Amino acid sequence: MDVRIKNIRKEFARFPALNGLSLDIASSELIALLGPSGSGKTTLLRLIAGLEQPTEGQIFFGDEDASLKSVQERNIGFVFQHYALFRHMTVAENIAFGLKVRPADTRPAKSEIRKRVSDLLDMVHLSGLEKRYPNQLSGGQRQRVALARAMAIEPRVLLLDEPFGALDAKVRKELRKWLREFHDRTGHTTVFVTHDQEEALELADRVVVMSQGRIEQVGSADDVYDRPGSPFVHRFIGEASEVPVRIENGEVWIDDRTVGLKAEGNGPATLFFRPHDVDFLEGCGGCFEGVVVGSRRLAGARRLEVELGGSRHRIEVDVPVDHPAAMKSGLNFRPRHWAVFPTNG
Amino acid sequence: MSEAVSRYRDPAGESPTWRVLLTLVAVAFLAIVVILPLITVFYEAFRKGAAAFFEAFQEPDAIAAIRLTLTVAAIAVPLNLVFGVAAAWAIAKFDFRGKTFLVTLIDLPFSISPVISGLVYVLLFGAQSYLGPILKSQGIQIIFALPGIVLATVFVTFPFIARELIPLMQEQGTGDEEAALSLGATGWQTFWYVTLPNVKWGLLYGVLLCNARAMGEFGAVSVVSGHVRGLTETMPLHIEILYNEYNFAAAFAIATLLALLALVTLALKTLLELRYGDEIAAGRKH
Repeated sequence: MDVRIKNIRKEFARFPALNGLSLDIASSELIALLGPSGSGKTTLLRLIAGLEQPTEGQIFFGDEDASLKSVQERNIGFVFQHYALFRHMTVAENIAFGLKVRPADTRPAKSEIRKRVSDLLDMVHLSGLEKRYPNQLSGGQRQRVALARAMAIEPRVLLLDEPFGALDAKVRKELRKWLREFHDRTGHTTVFVTHDQEEALELADRVVVMSQGRIEQVGSADDVYDRPGSPFVHRFIGEASEVPVRIENGEVWIDDRTVGLKAEGNGPATLFFRPHDVDFLEGCGGCFEGVVVGSRRLAGARRLEVELGGSRHRIEVDVPVDHPAAMKSGLNFRPRHWAVFPTNG
Repeated sequence: MSEAVSRYRDPAGESPTWRVLLTLVAVAFLAIVVILPLITVFYEAFRKGAAAFFEAFQEPDAIAAIRLTLTVAAIAVPLNLVFGVAAAWAIAKFDFRGKTFLVTLIDLPFSISPVISGLVYVLLFGAQSYLGPILKSQGIQIIFALPGIVLATVFVTFPFIARELIPLMQEQGTGDEEAALSLGATGWQTFWYVTLPNVKWGLLYGVLLCNARAMGEFGAVSVVSGHVRGLTETMPLHIEILYNEYNFAAAFAIATLLALLALVTLALKTLLELRYGDEIAAGRKH
């Protein structure tokens, strides 16, 4: 089922949470809504689910205007951040809930429900735990029960709110891989919310980067990481070093010197690059030149704090641990990839 | 080991002398205020022998009083069960204008003297009130009759269930309800299968306290009852009358029933707190 979001606006007590955004989600796609707290990503997910009503705008499931329908009628599978499992029901009862509450004419027979529950438990690798209660399960198990419960109603769209947020790092990695396989097997259109960029980049077909109720950029992991569309995206995804620069005559200038990078436009701008994505140079005929003022050991590299000559602006550069540059007090380098965004005002 | 105990004192603790002294004060206070009166009730009730004790319950007026008390509780408690759950549901799960005001209103019976609450109903529905003549012409009697006693009891005992459920429901939030709705459940199914089971022990706790108060209420009921013997006298009122007639044995005999009710309530309450404390008080998450 494809989902189209058209000019959705949502205000909470006059405070805008979403500012008229649009998004097309293709059928069977796995989409991540990525952004910091308060960016509106969870609000967008809840709007798709029907747990919130938009102030303006429409949401289409296929050709059908879902925004006029209640959450029950939308037939979505929603996995809540803290799973919201019914604590007084067993695992099996939790999963069967969505089928048991159906009106008599569409409710499957008891034996059919039992079979569906057992199939679903099988699918999420929890067979044998049907008699357990939620508080007898580990975090990862609860997560999968919540997913099985959402899948039981054969939803048209699967929506997950911070699916791995409450789990520890190891379980999180395992489940991430598992969810990807699960999606590839079932082929449900899936939207999940996360504030963890690693999760979004690794898992999603496309990442929707959000900030302050707006979509900053939509694209594959390659797009948003290698070709960030705005300063926000560059800062938010991956590491970023930034330098205030000036663009003149198609060249990037820091103060009174060029640094050997070509750029379009004119006037003040900010140059972004990844700290680990630089070439170290011996001589410097137009490059970044600075004094190392600090050094920290990262897992696989050494991060140097460099004060640039002239502007005295401080930036960070990663150097391989065994690289001679790590031992020097002066550093000449040039970023391999970079982006410049004009400075507003 | 013993040296370590004496040398390193618990920073939040007191010296042994103080601890013993404070404990003694507390125990003495409890003995005088709670335990001694309780013993007195049973002692006085049986002073003239078991025969006299059981005779007190043979008396028609006593039987009528017990029956009336049970009737009032049987009406008032279910009513407050419905009101309490409805109020708690509305306050905990929804946002609306005047919510704080509603919460304050729920607390009103706790902060107002029961005699005043009784008087309010007399002023509203009594013979001298604006409504009095209308009610009378319809042959409806509220004051000095069962409806008045029930009204006064409902008013006084209203906060018990609502007050117990509101923090519990607020703490649980709306996540479970949203999950149920997203799975296709109707509002009623959500309430019945999800909300209510989530608060069932807290609800039972509230019902218990509400019932104890409903059976024991004196002030408000005294004002609206009119003290018609064998007709509008509940157990507490009957005890007072017997006592004023110097019929101590009978008065204390009936009083043992209320004391027993209190003890059973206390026992059940403690049991609930022990077994389901985390589901009664706020703070449970899975």
